[in-house]
Amino acid sequence: MKELIKKLVETYGPSGNEEQIREIIRAEIAGLTDEVRTDALGNLIARKRGGSNGKRVMLAAHMDEIGVIVTHVDEKGFLRFGPVGGVWPHTLLGGRVVFADGTVGVIGTEKIEDENRKKVIPLDKLFIDVGAVDKESVPVRVGDVAGFQRPFADLGKRLVAKSFDDRIGCAILIQVMRDLKETPHDVYFVFSVQEEVGLRGATTSAYGIEPQIGLSVDVTLTGDTPEARTMAVELGKGPAIKVKDGRMLAHPGVKRLLVETAEAIGIPYQLEVLDGGTTDATVIQVSREGVPAGCVSIPCRYVHTPSEMVDYDDVTNAVKLLAAVLEQPITL
Amino acid sequence: MILKELSEAFGVSGHEEAVRQIIFDAVRDDVDEYEVDSIGNLITLRRGSAQARKHGTSGAPLKVMVAAHMDEVGLMITHIEDNGQLRFAKVGGIDDRILLAKAVYVGDKKVPGVIGVKPIHLQERKERNQVIKCDKMTIDIGATSKAEAEQMVGIGDYVAFATSFADLGPTLKGKAFDDRAGCAVLVEIIKGGPYPCDLYGVFTVQEEVGLRGARVAAYAIEPDVAFVLEGTICDDMPKKKDVSPTTELGKGPAITVMDRSFIADRRLVQLLVDTATELGIPYQFKQPLMGGTDAGAIHKTKMGVPSAVVSVPSRYIHSPVCLLSKSDFENAVRLMQETLRRLTPATIGKNE
Repeated sequence: MKELIKKLVETYGPSGNEEQIREIIRAEIAGLTDEVRTDALGNLIARKRGGSNGKRVMLAAHMDEIGVIVTHVDEKGFLRFGPVGGVWPHTLLGGRVVFADGTVGVIGTEKIEDENRKKVIPLDKLFIDVGAVDKESVPVRVGDVAGFQRPFADLGKRLVAKSFDDRIGCAILIQVMRDLKETPHDVYFVFSVQEEVGLRGATTSAYGIEPQIGLSVDVTLTGDTPEARTMAVELGKGPAIKVKDGRMLAHPGVKRLLVETAEAIGIPYQLEVLDGGTTDATVIQVSREGVPAGCVSIPCRYVHTPSEMVDYDDVTNAVKLLAAVLEQPITL
Repeated sequence: MILKELSEAFGVSGHEEAVRQIIFDAVRDDVDEYEVDSIGNLITLRRGSAQARKHGTSGAPLKVMVAAHMDEVGLMITHIEDNGQLRFAKVGGIDDRILLAKAVYVGDKKVPGVIGVKPIHLQERKERNQVIKCDKMTIDIGATSKAEAEQMVGIGDYVAFATSFADLGPTLKGKAFDDRAGCAVLVEIIKGGPYPCDLYGVFTVQEEVGLRGARVAAYAIEPDVAFVLEGTICDDMPKKKDVSPTTELGKGPAITVMDRSFIADRRLVQLLVDTATELGIPYQFKQPLMGGTDAGAIHKTKMGVPSAVVSVPSRYIHSPVCLLSKSDFENAVRLMQETLRRLTPATIGKNE
């Protein structure tokens, strides 16, 4: 599975620019399901048909990653930029970004006054340098979007990459599609767009699918690093089953289903109570007449930095958990 | 031109009737169907002509929603003081600093008033550097008592800026170009039809207070594609630093790639750019991440709607007076008309 993960995390795909990652995923899932379609906003939706007694289940992982968008090209060919999604200015200076066409840029800063040396450099003091010698030789234009450039690193048990949020969810969905032999349910695997800018792809795909159960697979924060924020989630202690996050409360029946399944198949799990932030399940839950929804979250350190870290066992256990949930009849 | 009439009309969010009537009178003979929906949107349909459909006559034409909002930012009366002065609240996003000493009209009877200001003689030195908040201001309609004021106006009355339209040569001056400029462009688009697609020309309400009209109109129409027309931010005054002007007057209609409310469909942006390039129509990209429009609501409707925004750059929006370029206006009309002629189901990856 690590090869698949490496391929997904190194692919370009900031919000609204998911074409490349979508084609990679489309190729990976070819032949694994009964139907594959792309909807009006660009969500990739794969359907695996089940029997008539099952439920319509939606699994969502978002394809998009955070990035930056060019807001101005100055007379000397430097690019001003703004955030696409929750970009943390701490992580930018000296970093590299890459545009859809492969153009690479480095992030530089205006002079920093002495009194500001201990402060975070705000975005409007930073710029991207694509190595252009003048305005005319700049290969990108206002509105072009770049992702962060950082190679995948396999540290053995732990993995590091720029976009585990949420390519690790995409990898898990693909692996579940591979491992799932028979299911009584009509399962929709949704690789959603524009999660990082407002859960937009999940909003429209859930409307189209009308699921009876919705599950997001996304990363969550941890409290297991030095002087971290208090949070009872750790890397390597198993996939986290969401109880609550900044915008949703998981459906108690869905939470119970996940907990009971994890216990039945003997994999470790932890419960997730997240103070801030949310994921696609928030909008799936309130789609149309309402959908019982929950999340399987992958504990992840350094979320929204170019070096996010997950535990490989958590990933493989999440695959087992989801496959086991889908193999059985579901009663909430 | 209709922009003069539209600009001078009174249409603060939630009270768009006068604007709607002007538009209705202008387009009724050019559309096949029209309705005013429950929230007040004017929804018109100009059917696509099979003849105009170069890609063949089979299959239903694309449903294309082109929207512009009728409402403008303004004020609302909240309280009448014993001395006849009126307290007010803001409707939509208004900078307090632009309110002082402005002439306004209050209520349906368009009672003239002014937002009072303390003469400079009476201001202490420190007061001159302070921003006066709108809850400290009053509108003076010349009434001498509460009873007298109540004869003329009431709580809940809307207030709009009293600004007359003027032709300044290459530019036009008036109020509410956000989004009467878009409304005027849409009127011209409707009149320039028919197009290969079914054109749903939608004049929306309550954009300035939360994209409310567009949300329900798109739900009812279920368009295949949407374009939103705007009068947008333009900040092209000389600056010390080489930073974005957001848009520039006279550089052509502005195409949005991403703002706070949505990300434009890349295929539609490309079609707009290709159309402009082919015909030599000037265009510019609006600085990303600034503002939001009805597209924010439309693109998330039901199963999703590929959407794009085309704007007429307009200086000083959300103030009593704006300025736009005639050529930008004309080029926005032409760019949209020609884009609608080139739009096919294949543009958005649909099979015919």
